[in-house]
Amino acid sequence: MSEWWTYRPSDFLLFSPQTYYRLFELYNIDIWPMQVVSLALCTAIITLAVRNPAWQGRAISAILASCWLWVAAAYLLQHYSTINWAARYFAIGFTIEAILLIWYGIIRDRLLFRSVEPACQRAGIGVFLFALVFQPFIAPLVGREWIQAEIFGVAPDPTVTATLGLLLLADNKPHWLLMIIPFIWCTISGVTLWTMKSPDFFITPLAALLVLGLAAWKVFMLPKQYSEK
Amino acid sequence: MKSSLNIGRRKALRSLLAIGGATLLWPLTSFAKPTSIIKRAIPSSGETIPLIGLGSWSTFNVGNDTLARDACAEVIGNFFNAGGRLIDSSPMYGSSQEVIGYGLTKLGKTAQVFSADKVWISSGSEGPEQMEASRRYWNVKQFDLMQVHNVLSWEEHLPTLFDMKNSGKIRYVGITTSHGRRHREIEKIMRNHAIDFVQLTYNIRDREVEKRILPLAQDRGIAIIANRPFQQGYLIDWAKRYSLPDWAKEFDCTNWAQFLLKFIVSHPAVTCAIPATSRVDHVLENKGAATGRLPDEAMRRRMIAYVEKL
Repeated sequence: MSEWWTYRPSDFLLFSPQTYYRLFELYNIDIWPMQVVSLALCTAIITLAVRNPAWQGRAISAILASCWLWVAAAYLLQHYSTINWAARYFAIGFTIEAILLIWYGIIRDRLLFRSVEPACQRAGIGVFLFALVFQPFIAPLVGREWIQAEIFGVAPDPTVTATLGLLLLADNKPHWLLMIIPFIWCTISGVTLWTMKSPDFFITPLAALLVLGLAAWKVFMLPKQYSEK
Repeated sequence: MKSSLNIGRRKALRSLLAIGGATLLWPLTSFAKPTSIIKRAIPSSGETIPLIGLGSWSTFNVGNDTLARDACAEVIGNFFNAGGRLIDSSPMYGSSQEVIGYGLTKLGKTAQVFSADKVWISSGSEGPEQMEASRRYWNVKQFDLMQVHNVLSWEEHLPTLFDMKNSGKIRYVGITTSHGRRHREIEKIMRNHAIDFVQLTYNIRDREVEKRILPLAQDRGIAIIANRPFQQGYLIDWAKRYSLPDWAKEFDCTNWAQFLLKFIVSHPAVTCAIPATSRVDHVLENKGAATGRLPDEAMRRRMIAYVEKL
């Protein structure tokens, strides 16, 4: 891309805000009742996190990986790509994240979603619950239709935010490799919404910044006894 | 004698009915009579096209949404009813090509449109395949104008386009740029290749092309399509915060859209401006820029001075 410094984010916005949010409306209608399945998956994650069985890490990783794969195939490839050719590349990113979750969490069993450090525990749960409970309400809160709600497990933003919350919760050292793609998506999503002048543009990037800050704090500030555990 | 009288009566009756009918219909026909649309000649052929075309960046990219596609078809229908012909798109604009094809097919206008599309791919060998896919999306027999989008791999695409023109697969060859980028390269191509069209950004705020490229286009007999006439809506949104000057009436301008468009198309080098819109009322507003008087050079300077003072 020549003279790249002359480009602005709006030069890459291929669609209008109406088209973008109408896509969520049509998507929610098309995939019904997958929203109910995603609700069941949320309940399963919370139950697993609280009861903490020996296979908790594998089970939550499997649920998260399936959500990332679903979003890649059903939302990004089948729907979003009809208005944004770049969605094909985003789908590749989401698939890679799913593979990483399967590799680390299921095959190598390296993820345990329970932090010893209370602050990270609380923040991780907070970000996860925010994605589950609050993010679907953003659409009606800012004046959009209920049917345009973005829901964990089927829409990208809450799926990414919830994953970051859970990764903050996981173990005592941040899993940076698993966080790269979620951070990139939060940036892309934030810039897209900002370019469309959506009032909620800052929410996903802010959640990502919070997770990034706490993850860094985990590395540099936590007493050694935690990180050695 | 009798028969001739009968014929005479019939003729007289028909004439009276015709006069009566015409009298009754006169007010309607005078309203329905389309305002004369100003057209400008494509220098390389002499064929004329209306001064205002229709862009499709972002506005027609509505995916598979049938309701939105029908709304776009309505926009296209009103564009034709208002005397428009040239519609511009690109493979870069998401589903816009498919949506244009949907609208043209629904309206039965695939033969009437002046179709302007682009080739937008790095590999020259993949250009023909992409252009054929675009043609199928539009559902037209052939494109009127094929342009190299943002001069991407133009060295590879231009020979293909000239071959296509020679074999009758397209009628005109062009190149495009936007936002004032790569003007030196554009100039070089204009000087060394027999292209028919250049598409570039030109509006009352982005006037850099007035210095070299527009005069060069006049010298070389190259048609100019002006894109981003409203700077993706920012310019017109900004202008609407201020009142339209009274003297705009002197060139038959009644709103800001016409003010901004008339500035562009009154430049003698400009063949057509292509505002994009998803609204029928905007199509009708824009159409007004291709009717009535156009500002002369003194008025154009006044328009610039006014906008710069705002």
